Amino acid sequence: MVTIIKPENIVYSRSHAFTETSTSYCPGCTHGTAHRLIAETLEEMNLVDKTIGVAPVGCSVFAYNYFDTDFVEAAHGRAPAMATGIKRVLPDKCVFTYQGDGDLASIGMAEIMHAAVRGENISVIFLNNAIYGMTGGQMAPTSLPGQKTTSSPLGRDVELQGFPLRMSEMIAKMDGAGYVVRRSLHDPANIRKAKKAIRTAFETQMHGLGFSMVELLSTCPTNWGMNPVDSCKWVEDQMLPVYPLGDFKVSESVSELRF
Amino acid sequence: MAKELIKGNVAMAEAAIRAGLEAYFGYPITPQTEVLEHLARRMPELGRAFVQAESEVAAINMVYGAACTGVRVMTSSSSPGVSLMQEGLSYIAGTEVPAVIINVMRGGPGLGNIAPAQSDYYQSVHGGGHGDYHPIVLAPASVQESIDLTVLSFELAEKYRNLAFVLSDGSVGQMMEPAELPPMQPIVKKNYDWAIGGKGTREKRILTSININPHDEEIANLRMLQTWFEIKKNEVRYKEYYLDDAEFLVIGFGTSGRVALSAVRKCREKGIKVGLLRPITVRPFPDEVIIELAERVQGILVVEMNQGQMLDDVMIAVGKKVPIEFYGRPGGVIPFPEDVESEIERMVSAKLEIVNNPRVAWLDRMLHR
Repeated sequence: MVTIIKPENIVYSRSHAFTETSTSYCPGCTHGTAHRLIAETLEEMNLVDKTIGVAPVGCSVFAYNYFDTDFVEAAHGRAPAMATGIKRVLPDKCVFTYQGDGDLASIGMAEIMHAAVRGENISVIFLNNAIYGMTGGQMAPTSLPGQKTTSSPLGRDVELQGFPLRMSEMIAKMDGAGYVVRRSLHDPANIRKAKKAIRTAFETQMHGLGFSMVELLSTCPTNWGMNPVDSCKWVEDQMLPVYPLGDFKVSESVSELRF
Repeated sequence: MAKELIKGNVAMAEAAIRAGLEAYFGYPITPQTEVLEHLARRMPELGRAFVQAESEVAAINMVYGAACTGVRVMTSSSSPGVSLMQEGLSYIAGTEVPAVIINVMRGGPGLGNIAPAQSDYYQSVHGGGHGDYHPIVLAPASVQESIDLTVLSFELAEKYRNLAFVLSDGSVGQMMEPAELPPMQPIVKKNYDWAIGGKGTREKRILTSININPHDEEIANLRMLQTWFEIKKNEVRYKEYYLDDAEFLVIGFGTSGRVALSAVRKCREKGIKVGLLRPITVRPFPDEVIIELAERVQGILVVEMNQGQMLDDVMIAVGKKVPIEFYGRPGGVIPFPEDVESEIERMVSAKLEIVNNPRVAWLDRMLHR
């Protein structure tokens, strides 16, 4: 009997904006999802050949190995400054940073705020998983009140350890910011919205409309001590009330973008 | 081009522009602010990048980013600001990308003061940031040298993919002297085979200071040391004054070298056979010529505006072959030529001994003046 193999209707494949390198991320972590969304966006916008990524210090320190674009690796928190240096001499290229909450909201607070207020034409993808991943689960500036981490073993006590930082809300106040939104990666519907936001951020940059940032609520199953499904649930139940999703800054010119 | 009366800081800024500076990132700090101010006007009018950063930490990381693209990039600061830059400097060195840093040194430690000093010698020549690395350090003693060494610093930084410092001080930076600026050089796009800028049709490139595998990092360290030895072989620069028949040797760099020269001239008028060696590259240090000179002089006087930092490098070069004396004015004080002159006379007339630490006797003299 002859088997007729029908031409495949490919609905999903590896993005061409990726290299063949396997990532170092833990199973169930949403870094992979975030990477995928960026890769798809670069591919769709035909930017792979003209993009320079700036990798942070943290779990995504090796992001430069995964994207098939030019990449540099910044010091902890300094990615927006490094991106500024690159973008100012290569204004026609696409420059983005990929930063975690410790990197962006703690040690790199000055660099991110001033990049935003200067209206640097860069895009920032900000992964907020409320914990330090790479160093093994310490309290982050975005850790929730009561959240147990290795450096807040009894739970984050806001009396002693302060409150979670809402970066998108702060950065949206900067006049130089063109597009600042918070999305989440905890379910498919939200992932689709995150993709659209990342696209808008890169469009903002390529149209010269100022600083753009997409904050992505993310999971850290390993350091949260949960399985991936419970982690997504934890984002929904615990993080969303503290970090509401939404558009915090969409400048008039950005709102007029059509793509 | 004719000579013009120009301030040291402005001269370095304009020299950098004429050498093809494409991007500058800096932060105001006395006594170097004129560098930033001059470039704030000139860079935008030439269509080149200028950013007044939020801090020296950010400034050096902007330099790092621009350096990765292969453009001529520079920052400038003064001692406390350069301390803040040490993190970024270590990363730039570890990534092996070229960058120029002007340090117009002032009195320290801490906030210190805004007077001229040379107390960042250790920090500059021996790295300053974490890890093993070897910056090139050029020390001007005049406005003309500030110009010439700024131009040279770009060439050396790019030739060896290394950090190049112009180690000036508040005196040379603030003084006005007649000097000649070089003609404007066109900006040359270099297309380095290591620079990032979007991959286009080539393979992607990564610039990073990470070697997560220690064996790879060891190889990178050995390669950087090899480059350093190449620099040491090719790039040692110094100036000699009255050394042909000298029986005594004075060594000083930058402003203290310049003050020492006045003293040496006075002593020569008195018939004292003394000469001066003024290192231009304090890193690579001109140790070979010092070793040679040590063979034929009866004593060496090291003059610095610090507690004796270059003194260590002189002592390593000379060993116990000949007595070494030290005269330093730390904290932002500039020695007068007369002070150095009497130190030379003291050296010539005293019964010199070879000691382990010339600073001990110096400190005693300073405390019992």
